[in-house]
Amino acid sequence: MAPRLRKQVAFARFARRIPWALSAAAVVFAVLWIGFLAPACGANGCVGAQTNFGSAVHDPQDFLATLLDGVTAAGVYFVVASGFTLIFGLMRVVNMAHGAFFLLGGYITLKLQRAFVGEDSAFGLLSSQVHFWQWLVPSLIAAACIAILGLGTQQIFLRWNQGQELRQALITIAIAIILADQMVAHFGAFAEDIAWPGVLDRRLNLRVAGVHYTLTRLFILAVAVGIGLALWLWLKKTRTGMVIRAGVDDRQMVAALGVNIQRTFAIAFAVGSALAGFGGALGGSFASLGPGVDGNWLLYSLVVVIIGGMGSLGGAAVGALLLGLVSNFSSAYLPGNDTFYSIIFTFVLLAVVLAFRPLGLFGRPA
Amino acid sequence: MSFTSHEIGRAFQVAIGLGVLVLAALGPLLFSTYWISFILTQVFLLGVAAASLIFLSAYGGMVSLAQVALYGIAGFVLGNVVTTGNSKGLNLGWNPWLGVLLGIVITTVVAFLFGALASRSAGIYFLMITLTYAVIANLFFGQVTTFSGFGGISGVRTPGFLGQVDFHPNRLYYVSLIVAVLVYAAIRYLVRTPFGITLQGVRDDPVRMSSLGYNVALHRMLAFGFAGFIASLAGVLYVWWNGHIDPASIDLSATIDLLVVAVIGGLYRLEGAWLGAFVFVLINNYIRSVPGLGHIGISEDRFHTVIGVIFLVIVLLSPGGLIGILEKGREVIERLVPGRQKLTADERG
Repeated sequence: MAPRLRKQVAFARFARRIPWALSAAAVVFAVLWIGFLAPACGANGCVGAQTNFGSAVHDPQDFLATLLDGVTAAGVYFVVASGFTLIFGLMRVVNMAHGAFFLLGGYITLKLQRAFVGEDSAFGLLSSQVHFWQWLVPSLIAAACIAILGLGTQQIFLRWNQGQELRQALITIAIAIILADQMVAHFGAFAEDIAWPGVLDRRLNLRVAGVHYTLTRLFILAVAVGIGLALWLWLKKTRTGMVIRAGVDDRQMVAALGVNIQRTFAIAFAVGSALAGFGGALGGSFASLGPGVDGNWLLYSLVVVIIGGMGSLGGAAVGALLLGLVSNFSSAYLPGNDTFYSIIFTFVLLAVVLAFRPLGLFGRPA
Repeated sequence: MSFTSHEIGRAFQVAIGLGVLVLAALGPLLFSTYWISFILTQVFLLGVAAASLIFLSAYGGMVSLAQVALYGIAGFVLGNVVTTGNSKGLNLGWNPWLGVLLGIVITTVVAFLFGALASRSAGIYFLMITLTYAVIANLFFGQVTTFSGFGGISGVRTPGFLGQVDFHPNRLYYVSLIVAVLVYAAIRYLVRTPFGITLQGVRDDPVRMSSLGYNVALHRMLAFGFAGFIASLAGVLYVWWNGHIDPASIDLSATIDLLVVAVIGGLYRLEGAWLGAFVFVLINNYIRSVPGLGHIGISEDRFHTVIGVIFLVIVLLSPGGLIGILEKGREVIERLVPGRQKLTADERG
């Protein structure tokens, strides 16, 4: 009896290690492929398993550019997702309207910028026409507008449904439907983008492997790091931040200690929404605005916080970084004819994280 | 012989159900061709998709947003297998029945895989994870031109007995009706089996079920696979009905529409699936004829604003949807009908 049992236990241990072994092997292969193995396309196009750039050893310039692309995309993901995770962590509200808030923030920035610049902008503005303040002021106003919108949503619709998570999610879905449809009605169905200011819209010589990299993307990264630091300081050092962190762990206890938790909820919801609105300004300059964009950015926020763990700021940063790197490297380093499969890798990333940590990398049970 | 008010209410419900069924069976005699081919057939197939969502939420406690993605997978598999001559896609041109079989089998397998990944989460996490499935499936079919690409797959042939759907709308109408009835019966049967009872236990108290020795994740996964199977039926019907499938038919807006159908009908009662689908399709088709809407700036293009407001009102007022409102009405009537209201166990015998 005993040897059989021992065998079974040994087998169970072995079976439990299979997923680990498989994912470790996948990661090792990905690193080897990108670093050394990927063959480059020849002069007569891509044949078989050849990639656009070739391996990192072969072509360090494009490797570095892809790395920067990934990290800077992660910056925007982080700004948007940190608002989502702030709201969820404290109030357990899944704000399904986060993508719609993002898009509306972007549109407000776009329209204000065109009004400020004032020149003929029927076909969009050129960056040479735009001063730095004509980018910054519209995006800050947009963030403020979305903060007010979010605050109104929370006070009117969500406050009296506290604790009913599904119902709150459904309410925010309804708001997202209405907002998305009204945005199509008012801003049209064509994709547009916000113009970067002229001072940022140039390439910077990094003096590493001959890379000339777009300054706007480095600016995005700097803004994201700044916002991340500011949020971290706010949560760690201020009284409101402490109340929020305490509320994430135990709302009832915080309320019982005499803290006005409703005020804290309102502040967190406004700040979270403002981040979505400002993210819309960043994302609308970095990519574009149009119908359906709200869904994509809701997806990015969801993936980031599911990977990183709900309600964790550090988790959002790590999740954003993983998403940015995986999506950029997979589309750059898949064989040239198959780059459109890169969306699979986002799913694989999600699947691998969920398989090991159902609550995300830094998630804790509620 | 006397009846309790509960029994009367129950008989009333069965009578309504049978009445609707008889009306549906006589449909082609009663309704115009437009109603048969555009409205009612769509109601039946949309109801089947919504039933897969409501099954999960009512009996498994899982609100899934992946059902549209799953029915899209079935539709795309069917389209790729049976068509020829599309610029994108596999263009295999095989037998239509083989397409149906492959569509259902592949979708069910994918649903088991999705379910296995999401089965350790519940509630709001489940909603979010299934939403990412939905968006990823949409992006996948939009980008991967091997299977579809942006334009989608057109010219999907139906099996011989259905003929051309445009010329024989009644045949597809009856097929959809039969599938809808069978799906309803299958779910009602399944929730009374030991598996179904255990699933409801998992819905109510996963921790207790787990400590009683039941495999909670496995039950959720099996339920999700079964719901995927039902969704695949809806996908096959949809492609037959539409003759065409593209990534836009499974995008976020379509995903949310199905949730709206289920919530309007009632997330906690199976019948709500078809009731919600009926209301949804009616609003979608007749919004332009509502007097007065044009004056306040709402045209038929703003269908989603209208449906969003209705959705919001329903969620705020009656979480049980229209069925929930009907149930409340029945309770009121039951209270008014004199009779033995409370039965003890002995009296029931």
